[in-house]
Amino acid sequence: MFKEASIREPLILGDSVSYHQISEDVARSVEGKANKMWWGAFSIAFIAMLWGFGCLAYTVGTGIGAWGANKTVGWAWDITNFVWWIGIGHAGTLISAVLLLFRQRWRMGINRSAEAMTIFAVVCAAIFPVFHMGRVWMAYWVMPIPNQFGSLWVNFNSPLLWDVFAISTYFTVSVIFWYLGLIPDFAMIRDRAKVAGNKMNEMIYRILSFGWSGRLKDWVRFEEVSLVLAGLSTPLVFSVHSIVSMDFATSIVPGWHTTIFPPYFVAGAIFSGFAMVLTLVLIMRKVLNLEAYVTVKHIEYMNIIIMLTGSLVGIAYLTELFISWYSGVEYESYAFINRFSGPYWWAYWSMMTCNVVSPQLFWFKKIRTNLMATFILSIVVNTGMWFERFVIIVTSLHRDYLPSSWTMYSPTWIEVGIFVGTIGFFFTAFLTFSRVFPVIAQSELKTIMKISSKMYKNKTDNHHH
Amino acid sequence: MKKYWQSLDELKETPEFLDSKKNEFAEDVPTEVLGRKYLTPNPSPNGEGSEEKSGFSRRDFLKVMGFSVGAVTLAACETPVNKTIPYLFKPEEITPGIANWYASTYFDGHDYCAVLVKTREGRPIKIEGNKLSKITHGGASARVQASVLSLYDSERLKGPVAKGSETTWEKVDQEITAKLSAGNVRILSSTIISPSAKNIISNFSAKYPNTKHVTYDAVSYYAISKANEGVIPSFNFDKANVIVSFGADFLVNWLSPVEHAWQYAQGRKLDNGKKTLSKHVQFETILSLTGSNADLRVPVKPSQIGTAVLNLYNALASMAGETKLNASGKVAEQAITDSAKWLWANKGKSLVVCGVNDEAIQTVVAAINKMLSNYGSTIDVENYSNCHQGNDAHFADLMDDMKNGKVAALIVYNSNPAYTAPCFADAIKKVGLKISFSGSMDETASLCDYVCPDHHYLESWNDAEPKQNQFSLTQPTIAPIFNTRCAQESLMKWSGVANPNYHEYIQSTWERLLFPADLGFTEHWNESLHNGVAEIIPVIATPSSPSLPQGKGFNQAKAVHEEQPKGEEEAHGVVNKMSLSECASIIAKDKGGDVELVLYEKTGMGIGNQANNPWLQEFPDPISKCTWDNYITMNPTDMKDKYSLLERGDYMGDVVELTVGGQKISAPVYPQPGQALGTIGLAYGYGRTSAGKVAKGVGVDAYRFLQWKNGTVQNSVSGVKVSDAIGEKHEFACTQTHHTMMGRNSIVQETNLETYTNKPKEEWNPMVAVAMHDSTANYHEGPAAEANLWDAHDKPGFRWGLSLDLNSCIGCGSCVISCSAENNVPVVGKTEVRKTREMHWIRIDRYYSSDMNLEKGDEEGKGLIESYREMESASENPKVVFQPIMCQHCNHAPCETVCPVLATTHSTEGINQMIYNRCIGTRYCANNCPYKVRRFNWFEYDKNNMFADVNPATWANDLGRMVLNPDVVVRSRGVMEKCTMCVQRIQEGKLTAKKLERKLMDGEIQTACQQSCPANAIIFGDLNNKETQISKHYDDERRYLLLEEVGVQPNVFYLTKVRNA
Repeated sequence: MFKEASIREPLILGDSVSYHQISEDVARSVEGKANKMWWGAFSIAFIAMLWGFGCLAYTVGTGIGAWGANKTVGWAWDITNFVWWIGIGHAGTLISAVLLLFRQRWRMGINRSAEAMTIFAVVCAAIFPVFHMGRVWMAYWVMPIPNQFGSLWVNFNSPLLWDVFAISTYFTVSVIFWYLGLIPDFAMIRDRAKVAGNKMNEMIYRILSFGWSGRLKDWVRFEEVSLVLAGLSTPLVFSVHSIVSMDFATSIVPGWHTTIFPPYFVAGAIFSGFAMVLTLVLIMRKVLNLEAYVTVKHIEYMNIIIMLTGSLVGIAYLTELFISWYSGVEYESYAFINRFSGPYWWAYWSMMTCNVVSPQLFWFKKIRTNLMATFILSIVVNTGMWFERFVIIVTSLHRDYLPSSWTMYSPTWIEVGIFVGTIGFFFTAFLTFSRVFPVIAQSELKTIMKISSKMYKNKTDNHHH
Repeated sequence: MKKYWQSLDELKETPEFLDSKKNEFAEDVPTEVLGRKYLTPNPSPNGEGSEEKSGFSRRDFLKVMGFSVGAVTLAACETPVNKTIPYLFKPEEITPGIANWYASTYFDGHDYCAVLVKTREGRPIKIEGNKLSKITHGGASARVQASVLSLYDSERLKGPVAKGSETTWEKVDQEITAKLSAGNVRILSSTIISPSAKNIISNFSAKYPNTKHVTYDAVSYYAISKANEGVIPSFNFDKANVIVSFGADFLVNWLSPVEHAWQYAQGRKLDNGKKTLSKHVQFETILSLTGSNADLRVPVKPSQIGTAVLNLYNALASMAGETKLNASGKVAEQAITDSAKWLWANKGKSLVVCGVNDEAIQTVVAAINKMLSNYGSTIDVENYSNCHQGNDAHFADLMDDMKNGKVAALIVYNSNPAYTAPCFADAIKKVGLKISFSGSMDETASLCDYVCPDHHYLESWNDAEPKQNQFSLTQPTIAPIFNTRCAQESLMKWSGVANPNYHEYIQSTWERLLFPADLGFTEHWNESLHNGVAEIIPVIATPSSPSLPQGKGFNQAKAVHEEQPKGEEEAHGVVNKMSLSECASIIAKDKGGDVELVLYEKTGMGIGNQANNPWLQEFPDPISKCTWDNYITMNPTDMKDKYSLLERGDYMGDVVELTVGGQKISAPVYPQPGQALGTIGLAYGYGRTSAGKVAKGVGVDAYRFLQWKNGTVQNSVSGVKVSDAIGEKHEFACTQTHHTMMGRNSIVQETNLETYTNKPKEEWNPMVAVAMHDSTANYHEGPAAEANLWDAHDKPGFRWGLSLDLNSCIGCGSCVISCSAENNVPVVGKTEVRKTREMHWIRIDRYYSSDMNLEKGDEEGKGLIESYREMESASENPKVVFQPIMCQHCNHAPCETVCPVLATTHSTEGINQMIYNRCIGTRYCANNCPYKVRRFNWFEYDKNNMFADVNPATWANDLGRMVLNPDVVVRSRGVMEKCTMCVQRIQEGKLTAKKLERKLMDGEIQTACQQSCPANAIIFGDLNNKETQISKHYDDERRYLLLEEVGVQPNVFYLTKVRNA
C-alpha cells in the first residue's frame, strides 16, 4: 500500500478548512458583535487604564515624591516596569522578522497578535521613562532637536539617550512592519464589506488597505518589503534590549556594571515576550474560536522557546553569581550575596523559582502541550521576569558603595496604580485590536494551506475503496 | 590659474604670514586677558608678552561697547520680578546685591558664641563665627547657625499680650507699674552675661527694694562652681596632653562647646608633620559625641561615675604619696590605672573634667586636678567663665517662696521654667503678678498674666562678658520685625526711666566703666562694635595691643560685676566647701539601681529653647542620626536580654512605658550601641507643648525626670522602671540606618599613632591598586589613578578642592546647618525623612565598629552570609568614626556621563556643576553616584502645602522666606541638586580680587561648611597652586581618596584618622 511519509503535524487543523473558511473565521471578530465576555474584559481593562492615568496625573501634579523612591534608590518600580514591558515587546518582532527569515511557517498563526502586543507593550514601556522624569514637561529635551537655548545639545555618552533612539526606532519599524502585514487583510475585509453592502466598513478599510488590488505586482512588492523590513528588524530585536541593558551595564553601580547584561537581557526579553504571547493567544484562540489556526503545535513550539531562553537566563544568573565571587571585588560580591540573602531575598528567590525552575517543567511533553499548565506558567514566567528587573534595579541600588546610604524601598499605591494602569491600557488596546483588526494574518496563512494535496489524497483514497 | 592675494605677505608667503595663518583670528581678543592676569595664580611663562599686546584698541572698545549695549538691552527684556521694592532713597550702607556683615554676639542663656551676621538688603540671612574671638575662634555650633531662622519664626509674638489678648505697650506698662510695688518681686532668668543688663536689674531692684534676682539654668553647672570657689573656670583643652572626662560632653554641650571643640582640635591635628596627639579617655553612660571621639571610651553607669572618680583619685594619690579616700568598690580598673598613669606622666599638662552636677564628685575632680597641678595651666580660674551662673539652691528657695505665696510678682526673663523645671507649673499658681519676656507664647508665657516680648538677639543691642576680661557686643542687624521691646528697656521703663534706650545705656555703661572718654571712647566703642569682641587686659598681664585701654578699663569692668544685688553674689560665692572624706562618703551612698536613666542634650536641640526651629529639628543627631525625635536610648544587648525588643529597631522602634516615681511616659526605644548596660538615656528639648507648630507633637519631655539630689539638680535617676513593649510601634526618621562599615575599611581609613609615627606610609595608607593589562597584555597591578577611561580635564586657572581632616573632625554637624542656611536647602519634615529623602547637601556619616569581620567569620567557620549578617551589628561598645560627605567633585564624574541632557557638567575649575534649568530629573546621576550625595526635589518644597508647617521657605510664609540667600536659587520640583562647593562664594571672591586688581589669596574664599567648622577640619582652596594650605594637605601622607578604586578621581580628599591608642 502506498504509505504517506511521516510529515509534520499540520499547522492548520480540521477537515473543513478552506480558503473561504479562513476568511470567515478571521473576519468574524471584525464583522460580528462583541459578546459579553469581551465587554466584561474590556470594562475591567478600561477602568484599570483610567485608574492608572489618574495616578499618572497625580504624579505629574505633585511630584515624583508620590512614589516610594528615595535618595539612594532613585529608580524602582518605574524602571522595573519599563524594562519589563520592553522585554515583553520583544516577541512580536522576533516572531515576525526572525522567524520569517528562518522560514518558520508556524509563526503565521500568531505573528499578527504578537506584533500588536509588541506595539502596545512598547507604548506601555515608554510611559515609564517619560513619566519618571522629574520635569516631564521638558521630556522633549532628550531629543537632539535644534533649540533656542544656545548651543545646548544632548549627551551622546548617556545610555538614556541611546534608549531614546533605540526605542523610538524599534517602535517605528515595528509599527510599519505590522501595518504592512495588515494591508492585504484589510483589503479582504474591505471586499467582504462591499459584498455585504456595509458602506461604512468599506470606506474605512478602503483607506486602511491603501488601495490594495491583490494583483501579482502588489504581492511581489509586499513580499519584498516584508523581507527588507524583516532584515531591518532583526538586528533591532537584539539591539533594543542590549541598549536598555546598557543603562545598567555602563554604570558603576555594583550589580549593574556587568558585561553579561546585553545577551542576558535579550534572552530574558524573548523569554518574557513569548510568555506574554502565550498568555494572550491562549485566551484569544478560545474566545475568538481560532483553535484551528493557533494549534497545540504552536503552543508547544513557543513553550520550547521559553524553555530554551529560560535556561539561558538561568545560566546568566549563575554566571553573574560566579563572576561576582571570582572577581574578588568586595562591592560586587556583596551586591550578589545581598541579592539572595539580604532584605530583598524574597524577590531574588521569586525570580529564581519563576524564571529558572518553572520553565524546566516544559521538558515534559505532557506539560508543554497542556493548555492550562502553559497558561499558568506563562503568567509565572512574566511574574518572574518582573522580579528579575526589580532585583537588578532595587537590590543593587539599595546597598551600593557607602553603607551609610544603604536604605530600603517600598512602593506607594500611586506607583502600583500606574503599573496596573499600563496593564489596563495594554489589554484595552489589545481587546480593541481584536475587534477591529484581523487578528490572524489570513493572507499569509492561506499560503500554507495544504488544500490541493488534501484533495489529491482524498481522491486516491476514494479510488482505492 | 590666477592667484588672488590680500597682502604682499600672502603673495610672498613669508614665514610670518604662514605663522599667523594658523590662528583663526588675526590677533588675541584682548578682553580675554583682562582680569585673567589678576585671576590666574600661575601666570603662564609667556603671559608677560600677551599683557603687552593687550592694549585697548578702538575696535576692542567698540566690541565691548556693542556687547554691553546688547547685554543691557537683553537684560531689559526680562519680565519684571513681582514683589520687589526698590530703594527710593538708598540707605548709604546698602548696595543691593552686596552683603553687609555685622559682628555680633549670640548668647541664649546657655551657649555663647561671637558671630558675624551676613545681611542682604537689610535682612540677616546667615550666621558665621567671628574669627577675632579669643573664645570661639570663628567656630559656630549648629544651634548658633540655626538661630537666624528663629528670627523669622512666624509664631513669635507680634506685640505685648495681657491675659491672653493683644494689647499695647502703654497699657502693659501702666498696669504692671501699678501692680509691681506691692510685695516681693522676683526676677527669674537664665544666666545673664551682660554687664549692662545686670546694671539695669540692680537699678530695678533699687526702685523696688523687695526684688531678688534668681539665676536658673535649664542645665545646671552649679556643682562645678561650688567645687571651684564659686566660679566656673575656663578649661584649656588645647594645653592638655591627656584629657580624662567623666560624662562631660565638652565638644558639643558641656559649658562652652565651640571653644572646647577648637581647643580639642589643636591637640588632635597632625598638620605640618606633627607626630604627637593628645590622649583622650572618656567614662560615660550614653554614647556622647565627645565619647565617640575618645581614644579610650569606658561605659559606666551614672551611679558608678563617683566611684570611678574616687578610684582615679586614689590611683593618683598613691603615686603622689597622698592619703587615699574610701571608695566603695572598683570601676573599670584597667582604664582607671592607665588613665592615672598617663595623667601623672603629664602633670600640669592634663585635664580631668566631669559632667555630673554633683558637688561631692566635682570636689574630688577638682582635687584630682590640683594634685596634677592643672590649675593655672589647663584650668584657668582667673579668667573664669560667666556663662553658667545658675544657682540651684536659689532656685529651690524661690520655688518654696512661690509655693508659700511669698512672691507677689514674678518676672521671667529668657527662661522657660514651666517646661524645664518639673515643680514650676505648680509653684507659679500662688504668684500674684506673672510677667514673661518670652518672644513666643511658650509654656511659661502661657501661664503668665503679661507677656512683654523681647527682641530676637538679631534685633537688639546688648553687651556680654562671657569670660572675665573678654567682652563682646550684640548689635541689631534688622529693625524689629514685630512690635516687640527689648527686655532691658521694659525693666528700665518700669524702674521709672521715661524713654528708655538700651543702646545709649550700653554706651554710657561702657563709657563709664570700660573706656572712659579721656581714653577716646568713641574710637574704642566703634572698634569694639566693628570687631564684635574686645579684650580688656588686666595690668599684670603683658602689654597688649595699643588700641585697647589697659588697667583702668579692667578694674572698672570688674566693678560692673560688683554692682550686682546681694543674692547674685552668692551665685558664685563659696558655700561651706566639703572636705574630701565627706565627698567620699556621699559618693558611697549612691548605690544606683538596676536600670538608671540619664538625661542628656542632643547636639542640635540642646535644651529645647529653639525647638520651633525646623533646621534644628531636621538636624540629624550626630550619633543616632535621628531627626525630629527623642527616644529612649538603650544598648541592643539590653534590648535583647532584658526586654526582648526588636533587635534591628532603628527603622521601627517598640514603644515602652518609662516610670520614675509617679511620672510615666511612653516612648520608643532606639538601639544605641555604646550605651552602658543597665542604663537608658533620654534627650531634653522635645515634647514641647507650646513652642509652635514645628515642635508640636515631636518627642517626649525629659525634664520631668530631673532629680534634686545632694543640693543640686541632677540629670541621672535610678529607680527607673521600663516596661516591655506595649505593642505600639514607632517609626524613626533617621538619615542613616546602616551603622557599620561592613568590612569596607578603606572608606574611613584609620590607624593608630604608633603605626603612623613608626611605620612607612605603605603600611597604614597603601596605594590603591587595580589590576591592569599593559600593551603586551601582561597582567600587573597599578595605581587606580592610572586606570582611565577618559581624558583628563584641562585645568588652566584654578583647580578647587576640599580637604577633610578626619582627625580634626569631631562630627558635630555644624557644617550641615551652615550649608542649609547658605544654600537654601529645604526642610522636608519627619514623614519625608522617614522615606530617606532629606535634602542636606553635606552629611556626616557615622560608623560603628563591629565585632565581626570576614577573616574572623572564616576562622570561626561561619559562611559569608552569616558573617556579613553579623557584620551589620555594631559592637556593644563600638569605636566610632565620623566622615563628612558632600559632592566629591569627581574629575571623571559618573554622574556627568549618564545625564541625557548634559545638566551636570565639569567646570574648568574642577567643580562638578549642576545646571538646574537644564535638569529634567531622570535621577540617573544619583543612581550612578557612588557617594550618594545627590538630592532630588521630590516635591515643590517651596510651594506644596504639605511642607508649609516645616519648610521655612514656602511661598505661604513671607516671613520665613526672608532667610533665603538671594545668591542661591530655590530649586524647583523635579530637579537634582547637590553641593556646589559654594560656587556663589567662589564667584564673589574672584570678583572681589578682580575689582581690587590683585591675586586671589589663599583662604580668601571659604565654603560655608569650612567657615562654620569649630575644629577647622575642612579646608577649601586651589590645588593648582602649590603654596596653598590645601596643597600642603594634598601632599600629606595621610591623604586618601574615598573609593579611589572606582576611578572617579574626586577633587575632595580625606586625611586618615589617627587614634592615640
